[in-house]
Parts: sequence; structure tokens; C-alpha cells
Amino acid sequence: MPKNPDIKKVLVIGSGPIIIGQAAEFDYAGTQACRALREEGVEVVLVNSNPATIMTDRDIADHVYIEPLNTASVTQIIEMERPDSILPTLGGQTGLNLAMALAEDGTLERYGVRLLGTSAESIRKAEDRQGFKDTMERIGQPCVTSKVVECVEDAMDFAAEIGLPVIVRPAYTLGGTGGGIAGTRAELHEIASGGIRLSRVGQVLIERCISGWKEIEYEVIRDSAGNVITVCNMENVDPVGVHTGDSIVVAPSQTLADREYQMLRSAALDIISALEIEGGCNVQFALNPDSFEYAVIEVNPRVSRSSALASKATGYPIAKVAAKIALGYTLDEIPNSVTGKTSACFEPALDYCVVKIPKWPFDKFVHASRKLGTQMKATGEVMAIDNTFEGALMKAVRSLEQHVNSLNLDSLKTLPDGEIRERLNRIDDQRLFVMAEALRRGLSPEEIHAVTKVDLWFLDRFLNIVEMENRIASEPLGCELLREAKAMGFTDEFIGQLTGRTHFAVKALRDELGIRASFKMVDTCAAEFDAATPYYYSTYDEVSEAEGADVPKKVLVLGSGPIRIGQGIEFDFCSVHSVWSLRKLGCYTIIVNNNPETVSTDFDVADKLYFEPLTPEDVQNIVELEKPWGAVVQFGGQTAIQLTKDLSNMGVRILGTDAEGVDAAEDREKFDQILKMTGIEKAEAGTCFTAKEGKEIAGRIGYPVLVRPSYVLGGQGMQIAYNDRDIDEYMAIINMVSQEHPILVDKYLMGRELEVDAVCDGEDILIPGIMEHIERAGIHSGDSISVYPPVKIEQRHQKIVADYTRRLATALHVVGLVNIQFVIYNDKVYVIEVNPRSSRTIPYITKVTGVPIIELATRVMLGDKLKNLGYGTGLYPESPYYAVKMPVFSFSKLTDVDTALGPEMKSTGEVLGVDRDFYQALLKAFKGVGMEIPKSGSNVLLTVKDEDKPEILPIARSMEELGMELYATGGTCDYLRAHGVSCRKVGRIADGSPNILDQIESGTFDLIVNTPGHDHSHNRDGFRIRRAAAERSIPVVTAIDTAHAVIQARIMGRVKQLRAVDIAQVNGVIHRES
Amino acid sequence: MKATLILENGSVFCGTSMGCAADCICEMVFNTSMAGYQEILTDPSYAGQGVVMTYPLIGNYGVNSEDNESRRPWASAMIVRRLSPRGSNFRCEGTLDEYLKEHGITGICGVDTRAITRLLRDQGTMNGMITTEETPDLEQKLKLIRDYRVRGTVEETTRSRVEVYPGDGPRVALLDLGVKENMIRSLHRRGCEVTVFPAHTPAKVILEGGFDGVMLSNGPGDPADNVEIIGEVKKLYDADIPVFAVCLGHQLMALATGAVTEKLKYGHRGGNHPVRDMAEGRVYITSQNHGYVVKAESVDPAVAEISHVNVNDGTVEGLRYRNGRVFTVQFHPEASPGPRDTGYLFDRFIENMKGAKGHA
Repeated sequence: MPKNPDIKKVLVIGSGPIIIGQAAEFDYAGTQACRALREEGVEVVLVNSNPATIMTDRDIADHVYIEPLNTASVTQIIEMERPDSILPTLGGQTGLNLAMALAEDGTLERYGVRLLGTSAESIRKAEDRQGFKDTMERIGQPCVTSKVVECVEDAMDFAAEIGLPVIVRPAYTLGGTGGGIAGTRAELHEIASGGIRLSRVGQVLIERCISGWKEIEYEVIRDSAGNVITVCNMENVDPVGVHTGDSIVVAPSQTLADREYQMLRSAALDIISALEIEGGCNVQFALNPDSFEYAVIEVNPRVSRSSALASKATGYPIAKVAAKIALGYTLDEIPNSVTGKTSACFEPALDYCVVKIPKWPFDKFVHASRKLGTQMKATGEVMAIDNTFEGALMKAVRSLEQHVNSLNLDSLKTLPDGEIRERLNRIDDQRLFVMAEALRRGLSPEEIHAVTKVDLWFLDRFLNIVEMENRIASEPLGCELLREAKAMGFTDEFIGQLTGRTHFAVKALRDELGIRASFKMVDTCAAEFDAATPYYYSTYDEVSEAEGADVPKKVLVLGSGPIRIGQGIEFDFCSVHSVWSLRKLGCYTIIVNNNPETVSTDFDVADKLYFEPLTPEDVQNIVELEKPWGAVVQFGGQTAIQLTKDLSNMGVRILGTDAEGVDAAEDREKFDQILKMTGIEKAEAGTCFTAKEGKEIAGRIGYPVLVRPSYVLGGQGMQIAYNDRDIDEYMAIINMVSQEHPILVDKYLMGRELEVDAVCDGEDILIPGIMEHIERAGIHSGDSISVYPPVKIEQRHQKIVADYTRRLATALHVVGLVNIQFVIYNDKVYVIEVNPRSSRTIPYITKVTGVPIIELATRVMLGDKLKNLGYGTGLYPESPYYAVKMPVFSFSKLTDVDTALGPEMKSTGEVLGVDRDFYQALLKAFKGVGMEIPKSGSNVLLTVKDEDKPEILPIARSMEELGMELYATGGTCDYLRAHGVSCRKVGRIADGSPNILDQIESGTFDLIVNTPGHDHSHNRDGFRIRRAAAERSIPVVTAIDTAHAVIQARIMGRVKQLRAVDIAQVNGVIHRES
Repeated sequence: MKATLILENGSVFCGTSMGCAADCICEMVFNTSMAGYQEILTDPSYAGQGVVMTYPLIGNYGVNSEDNESRRPWASAMIVRRLSPRGSNFRCEGTLDEYLKEHGITGICGVDTRAITRLLRDQGTMNGMITTEETPDLEQKLKLIRDYRVRGTVEETTRSRVEVYPGDGPRVALLDLGVKENMIRSLHRRGCEVTVFPAHTPAKVILEGGFDGVMLSNGPGDPADNVEIIGEVKKLYDADIPVFAVCLGHQLMALATGAVTEKLKYGHRGGNHPVRDMAEGRVYITSQNHGYVVKAESVDPAVAEISHVNVNDGTVEGLRYRNGRVFTVQFHPEASPGPRDTGYLFDRFIENMKGAKGHA
């Protein structure tokens, strides 16, 4: 069936900010879908609150709304744009839920908008727990014994019937939010009550616990003609019990015979047919390892994280095909863009093995519980391809960038055997390493299997790696052994560590023996057809398929690796835009990255894609083959920038700021010289390696001080120390990883913070805009609410900032991008830090100013001068629109993490509020993060530290005037009352029930303002209050400035109805006005 | 032990011996299935051929006594990249290596199977040899390799005696040209009484047996070699009896009715081939294993219409004969290994038989 000619204008809903359970994969899917729609001449209207996405580019959609993802704002957009159709299945759970809500409330019908692809009824059948169970029963597909309940009592009754443990799964939540395994009645009570509250429909599923079964997924696609295919199946190394997003996953399945493989494949196709899905769908099964018994765990009637993984694992573009199906095409009418010869109606055959490992935030949240279960905790993931499982696993491990290059974890080496054995019981992010360590200590795969239920085949592979470690350490390093070790993914560095050599020596030996990486193609068809995809992975085979392209101006672009806190999707935006700009400028582009969720790893973004770890050795393999003319490192975050020196040493020309410039910004001594030379002031500071030295510096410059390691992103390990004890604690945490560079100790200046991104061509600079932080210095810039253009910064200070930026950029010989943070303290401008690379604010500033920052940076890197590029130099004219960037956190998913903000970044994503009026923009941003701004009658709890009491007073007065009910704890309450603000006193935790925690639990409060004291001990009441609120999804504000902004938004922002802004048009406005 | 794979074009791949260490010359083909190596080994259609598995990790789930598609493995050799030293699966009864040794099947592992596959794809299916000689004399071996031809494999693989699988439903005569067990099981599971005849059974014997329908099985080798059987198949065609034929059976029926077969450059072997059912317009993912194909232009439209077409290369995948009694497919609806999406064709055959009976 060809394309439906009635579809002319389609609304695509994105997935909103990056949160745990919903990351960059939906930008990849959405971008691919938008391009597929426009390819067909369809006008695309895009709405997404996340400005860091590529899908919100004006190049990707015709109309772009960076607006809150709620029914009110989307309804308004529908009213303004009048699309004829809506594509609901590409924006993750958020997009799907929103589209369903619009279908249910009659909006779609009212405006004559049709739902493309899968029907609302089908979505309901798949998403609604009971509806799904009924459908499965009808077609004879077994589900796990379960019952949908809407109250805790029913959950308890059912558990009594089927026996504990049981799994609790809330309906309509992301990444299993609020779910868990309950082993006791008390646990069941806790998890079930949380799950019911978090579910959009107040339902949870209580099911028989089948922990230990194999977890197998199928990615399937169906079209309107009923054609069905499976793109890929995947097997979780971690058996059922760990969320698939937190599991190590391998594709294709490794331990299934054809009979099981086909049994589950047929089941998946029967399910997608019964549900009448039109598009992509993910089906998860649990398979009893001792029989053919299986159960359907879950069906996602949309593209998902797994479908992104399957797309990258196979080369099959699921989102693109799903979009074409939504337009009316059938699978056999859609060409296979990989082979160029066959159609999309086939099943990819893999001739390699793919391993995915999640990237967890526990290196950042050292106090968080590392336990893994049905609640996803990973922020991102890495993928690796090889033709051995061992090779793919080792590549994936080193792609995580955790200072680990093998299955060895230093912290496990010192543990006694008994403890290693004990730790096998613990299901956490380190289990892979614990299993390897157990094998090293002589435990058999069978013994480990008995505890972990991890399939013996995987354990055999781990053992194979451990045995190879032993052979390398004990046998002479001959050609055969070295080749075998390389094929198993052993890096030169690791082989060096095992043999007491340097990695240079191992590399030299390899070169002498002619052992070098070769590259094979990902072609969807196991070489059956001659494919043209420029998508490669490395192996240690004799025959290499990749040939270094013989073209001038060949440029290597390094990606940013897995999504993590501090290095998110923004850097993929920058990498992709750089590639697009380079291609426009006639360069041949090669991208290297290992993140399957991203647009950059779509094989048609660059001229060539190498899906490889971003380590010096892996990059060198590519450099040796391709011999690039230059490399771009400043767009891939810290991951790419830290390879600058290595690339220089390989003889690769660094385009833009060179290694010296990068070093001068990061090396404290060199940087101090630059400051002296430019006459710019910064806070007093010192460097140290030990806590003792740190305390000496603090004694000299005076507390409070900022403590942080050099060369990090997202303020990792950065803390404000108020006393010697703090320094001892923070230095101990930082030194858990041995530090090559000194630790920095700076005087903490509590002023107003500013940030600029600038393009510099070596002579001139262009500052597209200055951003002002709502919160005063001390909160990481990524966690601050940031406003463009500045609201409260005097012109003279803005001028100084622009001047300092120019001085610093030229002194550092920046060519390309630089991001500088300033603080205004006592009327003086100080520089906080300089990053000679792209930053996380680039995407949004690009969008609100209309300045194509990455393209300009790319052009100057190739030698263009700013004055010739049409955007002028100096400070670019301000936009008539305000843009408020607001951070989004995933605290409800990470237990034991303190939600109080500080110098170490904690947010996982961001939203933007855009409006001509600042307060309207602020209000939109609050709505974008899903925060209900308190109104008359709302209950607000205030509990602040002593220093903040004078400042909370005016805020409390405003709240009182607005008719809010104020509650406060002891000291705060007394203070407010003494100053004439009436509030109710709330009992301390120590007071016993009913106390503050009970009131949080019972949902009394609509907003909590809690500023943390200086003692970060976990036992503090504040921590417990914040955690209790996070688990109940009650908004907590931990900075006075944020509280002030909330109230301002309420007072000033309510004047008129919010109006959606088409960003694609905003750009035009600026161009006309400037 | 070291082993060497020598291809007809002179390419040499060094690896490690697995299974039986005896030298073996055969026709080299590749299969893109990611699972199902035991079914492939025991599929009689691979008689005389060495199978290169494109999936690199083979032997992961071992072997068992349930997944055999015939009484023994028929593939001459198996070529894999990585052999799993142990099988992990609840049905595993031994390792692939032991199984190959036990049945005297030569194998090689540790070779670049993707490079070999690309050679076979670009230059076409070719003969090859696996040898464990330390320093094989290439010239001498190449002569032997070039002289090899797959021959007499139907005779080799078919059974010697008639076998009956009792059932209450339609009575099917199945001509074993190298049949896969699951073809028999697919009929039997649907209630048919299946009588399996050796390949050289005269049509007369079958037609006098009072059967409701005839099934022609899959099988190995060049279809045109089976001159005598083709003659008998013509008689079955001329008789008033429903016939369903698969793979070699499909080719023999085409040859019997005047069409021509030709060898494909590198065949279709795997579990992911899309086939369009021309009547329904729908596409099904099928299991395939064939090196020969019926030439589309040789099919007389007055005799048969092309009912199924391969979506990738447009080759003939099925014929529906104008007499209304005979339909044949090139792919394998019995799967094992591979997708089971076209199993409904057995139901169609059963309906045909019931219809013919009702009519009579």
C-alpha cells in the first residue's frame, strides 16, 4: 500500500528531558522519523521540551516548539498548527502517554487529527495491564501469574495467594519507576503503595517472581498489510530480576537453540499481530532455563531503548521504517538503505556479537545504593561489536570510561575469598567484575551459576578471559598468544599491565609481528549481499574490509560516549552538527563513538562510522588505517577532549584549539599565568594532592573552599568544604581513583554566576549570548536555572564579561568554541573556569539566538574568519525572547542520593521555557519539568538553615499573601512567627509520629523548601526529608534563589495565558531584526 | 590440531581442526542462520556440501537427540569461526565437537568466515577442501578439489524401506528425496497418516496405495540429475491426486512439467528470506536452503503460475499448477531451523486433500 496522500502535516511529540529510563534514544528515533517524514514531503511540527535534542533543530522539523509536554500546551500547538495527523509512538513513554491523553480527552477528534500507526485501542491493549493480560489469554500466550490491583490491601491478599516474593510493576511508568521485588509483606506494602501513587492510572501489577529465568527480547515490526518481521533478538546476561535497561545485553541470543529461538519469535509475531501494531514493538519474555516454559513479561507498542540498540546492533533503521509504515507504506515497499538492493521486509542476519553495558551514575553518586532490580538506574549505555563475545565485552567495558580496561576491579583485589563469594549474592553494577574475580579465585562457573543464575555459557566466556590473563602473565608473549589475546579484546595497556611492559612496548611488539586491527562491516545480511554501508567495527582478522578513503580533507570527529550526568545528549548535538557542517564544507567525515542511543551513531550521519571505544588504542587503530587530515575533539565533551594529546602524538592535526591550549586551560599553573597575563582576577586558590595540603590551603585562603579534581566534567567530585573534616571526607572520595593531576582548592565566592559560550577564530570572538544563573555560585552550572539573555546583570558587567572572554580566548589561542564561567562578587567580575570546548548550553543558545554556533566554530577551525561569516563579532544582539533552562533530576529512581544541590552536578536533563516575557518563560520551564507551582491553598513546607532565615522571610510573606498554607519546622517556624508570618509547626523526625516524615508520606505538602546544612552526614534530618519527598515525587527546592524564582513565576507569570512559540520562526525574527 | 581450508580459487585459510580430522572435499556454501546448526548438519539437502556458518559463535547450546532432522548428519563439513567448547542448554547432551567426531564429519574453526562468505558471494559457490596435513601440496589438492562434483546424493540420503507414521487424518504418501524429519512431523502433527517412500518408488506403487495426497520432499544435489524420478513425478502430476512439494520436490515437479532449473550463484541458505505470496500480497520470512532454482521464464503459464517470489532477488519461490491439485514451494515451510511463518501451507495441503476427497 503506498503512502496515504491525506497525510500532509504531522505532529511529532518528543520524549522531553533526559531522565533515567528515557535518554537520547528517543532523539535518535525522533530525528530519524522526522527525516523520514520530510523525505516524503510531509510538513513536520515538532514539540519537545528538551532543547538539547537534534530533533528540535529547524533542519529536522518545519515548526519547532520547545514547550512543556502537557495536554494544555500541546492542545494549543494543535490549535495553532492544525496538523492532520499525530505520530505518537516515537517519543518514548512520555510522547505515547501524551498522545493517548489527547485522544482520550477528545482533543484529537475535535481538531480532526488522526493517530498514525498503531491505533489508540491497540496502544491501550498493550499498555493497560488488564487489557494486555486479557489479550494474551485470548491468543494463548502465557503471562506470569499476576493480578492488577488498585489498592495495597488487594496486593497483600494476592501475594498471600501466590506466595512471596512477588514483583510489583506500576502501569504507565517509565523504566519501571516505582516497581520492585518484594520479599516480605512489609516490603510489599511499601513498594505497592509507592507504585500505585506513581502510576498514571493508579494501578500496579503484582506478579509471580520468576527471578533467575532467562530474559529474552524481540524487536518486531508490523505493517498495515499484516507483514511481520523480527529485527533482532537479544539475551540479557543478567537473568530476570534486573531491569533490562540495567542488564548487560547481548545480541543475538547466545544460549537458545533454534527451537527456543523460533518459539519465542513466533510468540512475538503472534502478539504484535493480535495487538494490530503498525510500526515497531518490543516484546520481552522470560524463559525457564530448564524447559520450554516461557512467559510474556512486557510489550512496548512503540520504539524504545531496546529498538535503538537493535537498530545499531543490526543496521536496521527501526524508527525510520516505523515512520514510513505510519504513512501507509508496507515493509516490502520500503527499501533497505543498508544494502541498497533489498527491501525492509527481511530479517537482519548478524555475523558478529553485540554487547551492551549500562552506564550507571554510581561513580558520581558514591553514596547511592548500587543495588539493581526492576527499577532502572542507568543513565546511558555503551555498545560494542566484535566477532567474539569476549572481544565485544572487553570493548564495552572500556567504553564505559571508568578507568577500567578489563574485568579487573582494583577494589575487589583486596577482598578475602569469602567476601567475594558473598558478594556474588549482591546484584549490583559490579557483579560482572565480582564474577570474574570469583573465577580468578578458583570458583567454578557452576558454583557461580548456582548463586547468580547467569548462564554457564557466559560464565565460560568470563573464565576464558581470566584464563587468558593467566596465560599472558605466565607464558612467553608469542605471536599466537598475542593475536588470541587481541581477538579477545585485551588492550595493549592491559597486556602491558599483565606482563610488566608499557603499552608502547606491546604496541611495538604487535607492529613487529604484524598483529593489527582489521575492520568488518555491519551490513544487516552477514555478507550475503554486497552492502554499501559505511558502518564498521574492529576485529583481529587477517581480512579487513574497511579501506582508508583516499580523499583530501578527511576529518575524524570523536563522539562523546555514553550519556552520563555531566555529559549528556548536548554533546551528541554538537558532534552531529559539526559533522554536518564539515560535510557542507566539502570534508570527508569519520565519526567514532560507542553510544547506541545517539544520532551520531546513525550510519548515514557521517561519511563513515566506526562503532568503537574511545580510548587512545582504539582510536589509533582507526587513525592508522584512515590517516585523517585532521581531527575534531572539541565537540565530544571530556571524552573527546581528553584524547587531544594522544591524537597529537599520533601525528594527527587537531582542528581548532590545540593540545597546548587545552592544557593551558586545565593546568592550574599555566592557567594562572594566563590570568596574570590578561589581568583577570579569579578567586584565591591552591593545588594539592593530600588532605593535609588541602587543609593548609584552606587555612590560608579561608573557608568555605571549593575542592575538585583537575580535568573533569560536570563538577565530578567537586564539593564545598566548610571545615577540615569536609576536606578529609572529599579528598578521600576524590583519591579513590588515583589522581594524575593535582586537586584544586579555590576560595568559594558566593556571588551571581554568569556563563558564556563563544566562538573564537584566534583573533576575534563572537558571543552569541550571555547566560545568567538564577542560583548564586555554589550550585553546579548544569543544575542551575539559567536565563538568556541576562535579567539582572548590569550592562557594564556584561561588557566586562565580553572583554574577559575575548582576552581569555585569544590568550589561550582558542580556535573554535570556549565556555567560560564567571562570578560577580562584591561588584567585581571573577573567572571561575574556562573550558576550551563545546558546552551543554550550546544547543539551546543556538536555538534561541539563531546563531549556528557549531557551524561557525567548525568553519573557523578550518580557517575561516568570523568577520566574514555574517554574524559579526563581539556580543551578538539579544534575542527578543527569553529562554529559561531548567534542570531535571532523576532522584526518584536513585535511592540514597541526596537531592540537595551543590557544586557537583546531579541533573540528568533539562527543559527550556521560551517566551517574550521572562516570567512567562520561567513559568513554562517550571511546567516543563512537571512542577506544579503552588497556588492559593497549596501547602508549603519551609525548613531552612540558619543563614537562610532572613532570606526566606520575604519569600514566606509572598507565599502567605498568595494564600498558601505555610508549614515549618522548629527553628524556621519560630523565626517566621517572630517576624509576623503565620505558619504551622511540624514535628521533627526525632519527635516520633506523627512527624514531618509522616506528613510527607501522607502527601500533605505541595512544595518543600529545604536548604541543606553544612554537615552532609546521611543521618541528618534534612537528608531524610529530601529523600522522603523525592520518593513521593513532591517537589523540593534546596536553594533560596530557586524558591524565590518559584514565587516570582507564580506572581508575575500568571498574568496572561501561556503562548507557544515556534522556535523555527524565532530564528527568522532575529535575522530580520539584527 | 591445525587444519587448512583450501578453496577452488586457490584461497587458503588456516584454522584449527574440529570434529573428524579426515580430509574432506566438498562444495562450499554459506548459511546465515544464527541458530540451528544441528538441524543444518542433519538436513539431507546438505549432502556433499561443506557449510560455512556466517554466525561466528557456534556450538553454544551443544547438541541433543531431539533436534536431528534425519538419522545422521549429512553435511560433509562444517566451517565455523568460534566453536564453543561446551554446550549450555537444558537439552544439551554433548558438544558439537564430540558430535562431529562421532559421526565422522570434518570441521574447521578459527577461520575468518566472513571473508570466506564474501568470496563465495562474489565468485559463486565453489568446491573446497579441509585438510589437517601440515603442509598440503596446493597444486595437487586443487586438482582434486576442481574434479569434485556433488552426485548421487538423493540415493545416498533417502531411506531404503517404507515407513508409516499412523494418524487419523488424510493419508499422505511422502516421497523421501532426502526428507527433513520436521516435514513428516508437520503432517503427522496435523493428524495425517504419513507413509514415507524411498526416492525411487515408482509412481504406480504410490498411486495404487489409495492415498489422499502426495508430498515431495526436499533433498540434495542438482535436480536435473534425477532423470528417473522426474519421470515418476510426471506420472503423479498426471494422476488425479493433490500434490504438495517442497524444495527439491518443487524443482522436480517443475522439471517434470517442462520447466528448467538453473544453479544460483551462491544459493539461498538461511532463515531470513522474504517471500511474497502473490495471491495474498503478503510477505513471509522463510527458511531456505537451495542452490538451484526454477527459471521463471521456463514456466509455461498454461501449466503453472508463479505463486511465490523471493523479494530480494525476484526468483521463483513457489508454483501453483493450473490443474488445481498441485502446489509447490522452493522454501521450507517445515522450518527447523528457521521461522515457522509458512507452516500454514501444510494446512492448505490438508484442505486440498479433503476438498479432493469431498469432490470425488
